[in-house]
Amino acid sequence: MSEPILTATNLKRHYEVKGGFMKPNAIVRALDGASFTLTPGKTLAVVGESGSGKSTLARVVTMIEAPTDGELIIGGRKIGPEGASRDRDLRAMVQIVFQDPYGSLNPRQTIGQTLMEPLLLNRPEIGAAEREKRAREMLGMVGLRPEHFERYPHMFSGGQRQRVAVARALMLEPKILVLDEPVSALDLSIQSQVLNLLMDLQERMDLAYLFISHDLSVVRHLADEVLVLYLGQPVEIGPKEQIFEHPRHPYTKALLSATPVADPLMRKERIKLKGELPSPMNKPEGCSFNPRCWRRLDICTTVEPELQGHGHCYACHNPVPEDETAAA
Amino acid sequence: MTDSASQPVPQQTFKAPPSRLREFWSSFRENRGAVIGLFVFLGFLVVALLAPVLAPYAPDAQYRDALLVPPFWQEGGSTRFLLGTDALGRDLLSRLIFGARYSFFIGLIVVTLATTCGVLLGVIAGFAPTWLDTLIMRLMDIVLSFPSLLLALVLVAILGPSLLNAMIAIAIVLQPHFVRLTRAAVLTERSKDYVTAARVAGGRKLRIMFRTVLPNCLAPIIVQAALSFSTAVLDTAALGFLGMGAQPPTPEWGTMLAESREFILRAWWVVTFPGLCILVTVLAINLMGDGLRDALDPKLKRS
Repeated sequence: MSEPILTATNLKRHYEVKGGFMKPNAIVRALDGASFTLTPGKTLAVVGESGSGKSTLARVVTMIEAPTDGELIIGGRKIGPEGASRDRDLRAMVQIVFQDPYGSLNPRQTIGQTLMEPLLLNRPEIGAAEREKRAREMLGMVGLRPEHFERYPHMFSGGQRQRVAVARALMLEPKILVLDEPVSALDLSIQSQVLNLLMDLQERMDLAYLFISHDLSVVRHLADEVLVLYLGQPVEIGPKEQIFEHPRHPYTKALLSATPVADPLMRKERIKLKGELPSPMNKPEGCSFNPRCWRRLDICTTVEPELQGHGHCYACHNPVPEDETAAA
Repeated sequence: MTDSASQPVPQQTFKAPPSRLREFWSSFRENRGAVIGLFVFLGFLVVALLAPVLAPYAPDAQYRDALLVPPFWQEGGSTRFLLGTDALGRDLLSRLIFGARYSFFIGLIVVTLATTCGVLLGVIAGFAPTWLDTLIMRLMDIVLSFPSLLLALVLVAILGPSLLNAMIAIAIVLQPHFVRLTRAAVLTERSKDYVTAARVAGGRKLRIMFRTVLPNCLAPIIVQAALSFSTAVLDTAALGFLGMGAQPPTPEWGTMLAESREFILRAWWVVTFPGLCILVTVLAINLMGDGLRDALDPKLKRS
């Protein structure tokens, strides 16, 4: 395995919200201590339900927001809570593809202008002709036709727009691509096209992907490693096979049991979680999953579990036994 | 074309996508009132531009032998003065034609002034930290809380009555609408992903404000500018009528109305024609503005 390109250690991002008149300000712990590494050519998938801090993680890794605590090492350079001097080199390392292809392209710019903008801003030494040449090449690489260069975003379908968004992200030849639910706004048939394009590009350009999704079947298709987030905290992290075949954390197991299987005859044990995701402003004491957990022990309500294990880690006092998970 | 059906299938397989302007025109054309408004507006524009050529007399030339002559179709009127003369023997038609110049001049200057300041302040408010945003918006609320004509009157009273001061006063009165509109549009656009993408790509704040966000906020601003044009014309006429705008003998429509007020019973034409000019211009611009809004606002667009 090659050297990691990005190392995140205990990454946190808290937001302060006004409590209202005469009330103290509350703190939303959107991301509360995530550690992981990204390796060139590999994909780390981040899964979790809505509000678990997936998109916040994306924004912190992309350096749109500075972490509140913890540190991020990207290509040997450290980014801490004081934020980064977001210079060209660092910007060129990490780029992002957003979820909604209808909002992520400037409606007043042609596709060509959109693609050339990153070069214009970051590589002023590249001439106009060279810039256009590179943009046209990139257009071809993501499977769009040359005549699309002069068109405006509203003339494209969702899948084509997402291709443009991928092309724009790749213009600076980044090492890391953050994909914030890149296919969840697309049709199923288009999803697979875009996913195949992404896998193809990863192989060709040796990219490290941080793939954020709530669609487990997509993750199973694409990921090398999986990180399960719950309320801003990683509850389980490990190689894809381990996570899907032998989930140890009850939350992961519940999440997996909720994926639909295209086999009407297969009997499924669906684990139904009770209750809602607690507010990240007011987390339960002990393990943050304990109010919804069916394997809860007394210790779970008092002591916060640490991530344990090697390679395949999970934060649970009473993990699902391995032989039981094999059946699922 | 009747024979087009018998012709072979046209060879073009790829139809070039319609340009923005074309698309705009095709949806603007559907609104008949707007097109009429546009043509009336253009007509007035031509009259204003060609005033020295079109007007039969100088606007301030007095004919002592022809005081309060009625229009030509009335008894006592002659074709020498097509729309009659006023109490000082000046040709009404010539004065109206030159008056169109003033109206357009006023409209253009006022709208340019109000739009530039308003959009600038609006964009700043939309991107500024909370305290500056609040400061700007409360200031605008204060301006908006006065009846607009009253505030314009007060400003003119301070600055002194003249056409220029009237225009400045009206621009100040109109400008808060632009600030609010721009700020609202900026706030919705600012949170969209393409702005974040421009930031990730390394766009600096000024570039994001004016190159990325502002062009996407223009549609409502253009509409507001068109509608403000008519307000500007109307308000200057009102100030002129009250003696606070253009001073006689300037052939400005509102001032002409004020001068001829006392003859309203004896000579209807001296009051009616300037009033009619104001009415038609303002109506035409408003119709055009409505059409612009329908054509530019994607929410109202039928596709």
